Amino acid sequence: MAGADGDDSLYPIAVLIDELRNEDVQLRLNSIKKLSTIALALGVERTRTELLPFLTDTIYDEDEVLLALAEQLGNFTMLVGGPEYVHCLLPPLESLATVEETVVRDKAVESLRKISQEHSPVDLEVHFEPLVKRLASGDWFTSRTSACGLFSVCYPRVSSTVKAEIRQHFRTLCSDDTPMVRRAAASKLGEFAKVLELDYVKSDIISLFTALASDEQDSVRLLAVEACVSIATLLPQEDLETLVMPTLRQAAEDKSWRVRYMVADKFSELQKAVGPEITKNDLVPAFQNLLKDCEAEVRAAAANKVKEFCENLPEDNREQIIMTHILPCVKELVSDTNQHVKSALASVIMGLSTILGKDNTIEHLLPLFLAQLKDECPEVRLNIISNLDCVNEVIGIRQLSQSLLPAIVELAEDAKWRVRLAIIEYMPLLAGQLGVEFFDEKLNTLCMAWLIDHVYAIREAATCNLMKLVEKFGAEWAQNTIVPKVLGMANDPNYLHRMTTLFCINALSEACGQEITTKQMLPVVLKMSNDQVANVRFNVAKSLQKIGPVLDSNTLQTEVKPVLEKLASDSDMDVKYFAQEAISVLALA
Amino acid sequence: MVIHGDSSAPLHRAMSSAAATSPSVDKVDGFSRKSVRKAKQKRSQSSSQFRSQGKPIELTPLPLLKDVPASEQPELFLKKLQQCCTIFDFMDTLSDLKMKEYKRSTLNELVDYVTVSRGYLTEQAYPEVVKMVSHNIFRTLPPSDSNEFDPEEDEPTLEASWPHLQLVYEFFIRFLESQEFQPSIAKKYIDQKFVLQLLELFDSEDPRERDYLKTVLHRIYGKFLGLRAFIRKQINNIFLRFVYETEHFNGVAELLEILGSIINGFALPLKAEHKQFLVKVLIPLHTVRSLSLFHAQLAYCIVQFLEKDPTLTEPVIRGLLKFWPKTCSQKEVMFLGELEEILDVIEPTQFVKIQEPLFKQISRCVSSPHFQVAERALYYWNNEYIMSLIEENSSVILPIMFTSLYRISKEHWNPAIVALVYNVLKAFMEMNSTLFDELTATYKSDRQREKKKEKDREELWKKLQDLELKRGLRSDGIIPT
Repeated sequence: MAGADGDDSLYPIAVLIDELRNEDVQLRLNSIKKLSTIALALGVERTRTELLPFLTDTIYDEDEVLLALAEQLGNFTMLVGGPEYVHCLLPPLESLATVEETVVRDKAVESLRKISQEHSPVDLEVHFEPLVKRLASGDWFTSRTSACGLFSVCYPRVSSTVKAEIRQHFRTLCSDDTPMVRRAAASKLGEFAKVLELDYVKSDIISLFTALASDEQDSVRLLAVEACVSIATLLPQEDLETLVMPTLRQAAEDKSWRVRYMVADKFSELQKAVGPEITKNDLVPAFQNLLKDCEAEVRAAAANKVKEFCENLPEDNREQIIMTHILPCVKELVSDTNQHVKSALASVIMGLSTILGKDNTIEHLLPLFLAQLKDECPEVRLNIISNLDCVNEVIGIRQLSQSLLPAIVELAEDAKWRVRLAIIEYMPLLAGQLGVEFFDEKLNTLCMAWLIDHVYAIREAATCNLMKLVEKFGAEWAQNTIVPKVLGMANDPNYLHRMTTLFCINALSEACGQEITTKQMLPVVLKMSNDQVANVRFNVAKSLQKIGPVLDSNTLQTEVKPVLEKLASDSDMDVKYFAQEAISVLALA
Repeated sequence: MVIHGDSSAPLHRAMSSAAATSPSVDKVDGFSRKSVRKAKQKRSQSSSQFRSQGKPIELTPLPLLKDVPASEQPELFLKKLQQCCTIFDFMDTLSDLKMKEYKRSTLNELVDYVTVSRGYLTEQAYPEVVKMVSHNIFRTLPPSDSNEFDPEEDEPTLEASWPHLQLVYEFFIRFLESQEFQPSIAKKYIDQKFVLQLLELFDSEDPRERDYLKTVLHRIYGKFLGLRAFIRKQINNIFLRFVYETEHFNGVAELLEILGSIINGFALPLKAEHKQFLVKVLIPLHTVRSLSLFHAQLAYCIVQFLEKDPTLTEPVIRGLLKFWPKTCSQKEVMFLGELEEILDVIEPTQFVKIQEPLFKQISRCVSSPHFQVAERALYYWNNEYIMSLIEENSSVILPIMFTSLYRISKEHWNPAIVALVYNVLKAFMEMNSTLFDELTATYKSDRQREKKKEKDREELWKKLQDLELKRGLRSDGIIPT
């Protein structure tokens, strides 16, 4: 304890350890989170000889503290003196890898995986691999579970004798007594297969895979499905049929819906892994069955994959497969009893039109879209509307509007405001493609009706929609068709509608230009400054601020200024505030 | 053992009231209870096993057992069992009505028959009975209706095929309880695989089914000595998965109830396996979010263990302290309740071993801003036995409790708590007035000493931080030795 200037030995380990032992969990936790600082204060040698043994011995603590410790130790290599000494970190991490709490254990395994990379090949065999072996043959299931995650990181870098041992340990854990361990092994099977030599994949992994895939517990079997993707990717095409397919077929027809769900959920990955031939012969019928499954969860998962599956079919006879095998099932799903299934389908079904082309879309898909647009469940309708653009690309807006317009008009008055909102967002696109005449005839009334919707979000969107329409059709059109209607609402008995007039003016003034704004809109705004509702009056002030830049300075001085000054002495506090704000922004003071 | 069938009564009541007030879905009122809002959901579920065969099912009606001579009865009994292996789709309320009724009446007849008849249980009957039961009850349970099924708030989904299923369970229980039943023959068919499938069914959402399962498993545990260790191990696995992997399993309370009676029968001294079960499975069960659903049964099991072997008190209490809830006040109240149950049976020698950590926790509970927690902890002082233990050890406990009590008596927002605390302080004063006066006198200086310690710690960390910065600067990230 020589140096008074912050020397290495200034802090005796006892003081630091006292902090790590503090009675208050929160303080212990804080200290553990600053473990690197403590290690730094001690220096590498004392960290190795004093701090780490202390940590290893006092591993019994709150899980939260242990979690922090497990995380810290993964970044400790430099603090113990670099790769040469990294194995010093193994004892405390080994203990942490055996605790009950899953979060702690997983973190310890993560840190072990991390520092395994920093071991030299020799250290890996002398220190790391024995640890894996000890964990793999531990008494309590927790250590065996942890071991499963460590095989794949050391396997590639050890000698062939040790490799054989590792394979043996993994085999043992795959048939462990405890389902928890088998689940851990099954979930690491794919990862382990990737680091194995191809011969061992064929001889070892396949038999393990087959066994796990027919485990008595469905929670184990479903994990084998995940592994199936990795394994199939590793094997040459000609071996897939004999080594993987029997198991996969069995999984697709498993008696537990959880396993079938997993197959449905991983279907695109499986499809890519097994290649086009097997897809045609095996996966197509399997997919049909999943789409017809008795459990809604499975059907929904499969419905979600319809587009991806079709997209990835081999192009030479993609259309034929879809038309004869997939589409009939899809048709049935449109009238499924479960809304999640229909909604899952609605979110992808529009994507089929790109794959099938114009004629098929018109003949076969449009009726399905129409049916889903009229579905009783709002989520289904919403999903269809939100994906209209992909159909638009294929069949053109005219075709689309002819067939879908009646349904769209109906949805414009849907009881769910989110559906109405989705329709509004489509209006500018439709208007642009359909042209002025068509729009005036069929859609204009709708657009105006939204302005008096009872949901604010719809009125707001309708206002914004008007602005976009004016940008498309021009000021003259606005003057004739929209402005009169908007201004008419200024006399509405409902103050919310009177405010909508103001909001519309805010949005339209710029697009309409100075003349229309000055001659038609401004008088209405100024008149509304006498409204009896304060909210309308302060919105007048806000509107004036907004449209001010469009007006000329003469109008501002002679017409706007007096009104704002009057509002600035209003009895209502908010009206005063916004009037003053407008005066200062428009520089009228 | 609780008689099955009891627990379904309150459930029906809850259901009808929910249906009566069900509002239209379009106008959701955020303030109504979730269960009321969701009442429109369908409440029955088919088992996942059923795949529609499409064509109607035909069973050829058989004569009644009582209408044939006794010699022909065993043969007819087998035939009826085989017929009852046929499964019907109960989600389709219109299909096969006649045949459903026929199977129901046949099952009823079988129930009566195994209850009263003698000499019917031939050796050939065993596999047929087990086969019939397996065909009917073993199935993959369907997915839960809502993703975030909350057993406290949501209505359980009831099994649609219950009219048949109930009779099958009833029949199986009568069969197991029958005087002619011979475990030595049955064990060929009621094996590990059978038990494993039975245990999986405890996840059923239907409380009526779980109630029957409880009875069935209890009978099997009682009659098949060879399966006992296996059953215990599998229950272990279910619990461990529940605690550490899924937090979802509907039948925890029922399994614990069975274990309660199993623990009761453990021989002394306890085997290591049983102690491990207590420490590594039962104690961690306290960490689960839905503890309230099975806490009563769990606490019962724990107390059973301690009554068997008092030396387990220390690990149990230390375990509870380790998992003490940090954010959930309701759970904290449950923990305090369980702790009182344990203290009720604790031996004074054991009490001494854990009093320090225990009362540190109680002291924290007493000063909880949640008045129910504080109140529950303060109620300990109304318990005569606990009072006597505190009195015997007042020299240790009083200093631990004093600071909290003294502070709350001045600061707590809830007047009822303050009143309770005054009583406790008074009791302490009467117990050990010398120590009490001493603590009152040093209260202030103790606080100051604590503050100083706090300040020292801040200093230490500041210095450490400076050091870290300095070293970082000096060595460009490379740590000097």
